Amino acid sequence: MKITVSGEVKEVKDELTIAELIELENVETPQYVSVSVNDEFAKSEDFKTQKLHEGDIVEFLYFMGGGQ
Amino acid sequence: MAFSDEQLERYSRHIILKEIGVRGQKKLLNAKVLIIGAGGLGAPAAMYLAAAGVGTIGIADADEVDLSNLQRQIIHATDDVGKPKVESAKETMNKMNPDVTVKTYHEFVSSENILDLIKDYDFIIDGTDNFPAKFLINDACVMAKKPFSHAGIIRFKGQLMTYVPGEGPCYRCVFKNPPPKDAVPTCKQAGVIGAMGGVIGSLQAMEAIKYITGVGELLTGSLLTFDAIKMNFHKVKLPKADCNCAVCGTHPTITKLIDYEQAECDGI
Ligand SMILES: [Zn+2]
Repeated sequence: MKITVSGEVKEVKDELTIAELIELENVETPQYVSVSVNDEFAKSEDFKTQKLHEGDIVEFLYFMGGGQ
Repeated sequence: MAFSDEQLERYSRHIILKEIGVRGQKKLLNAKVLIIGAGGLGAPAAMYLAAAGVGTIGIADADEVDLSNLQRQIIHATDDVGKPKVESAKETMNKMNPDVTVKTYHEFVSSENILDLIKDYDFIIDGTDNFPAKFLINDACVMAKKPFSHAGIIRFKGQLMTYVPGEGPCYRCVFKNPPPKDAVPTCKQAGVIGAMGGVIGSLQAMEAIKYITGVGELLTGSLLTFDAIKMNFHKVKLPKADCNCAVCGTHPTITKLIDYEQAECDGI
């Protein structure tokens, strides 16, 4: 199936979970990433069970602490 | 208030813009913006706001200028090493534009002083480098109903979002709680391209100017990310404000400001 991850369309296996996508995308500090699916926050406790669907739009929101 | 000939000339490129004009420039001259952190983000933000004629600019920072700051903190010069950053920043802004009143706060921002600091300002810019400060600024601005620009930069990446009370999610809606100490790298540990502060800090100044003049769309409900390696800007549409958010939700659980513990390497 096709999903959009951070603005890029990607071909992934059906029923991919958010946790699997996090691994696939090599997300840095995966335990601290916020995820939205179709403009709704996914709960981190659901990452392992929440399946993605064809056409889903997934965004990773990263902590970025620097500034000085 | 009538413009002097000098002001008409100084701000002519603003005044000629139909979105700004004389009215918008007057709004800028009457506006008060507080910048927390006179560093990588705060330096370019302060300079563009001073140049734009924002009438009152407050700048808060407890640190002194260090040689390692100068790779990105363009408001300070080599001769300023050792000087309080707020003093050095004030001197630069005064030199740039005598129309601007600069107020300096040579102190750490904490739960004790932040509400008092922000209360007289129309817009706040978060130019800090650590999560305790970023959450504190968010919570204080939510409680005091103040709009602010959040930003972060690291390595070749940067991001920013704007909070306006009642018009979208706050920082805590998105990020919930600060990550544990040292779980997420800081600029000092990870490095940052100096020009990244220029890109993102200038965008923060742009948000302040747009908020003050009422021009265009703000980054409320969006997080704009910039990846300099791929040279890619990506605007992430954020979910609506979380009604369960601990600070801006319908039944907030955070009603007192929190001083989170800082990583030891932060604040430099
Ligand atoms: Zn919130």
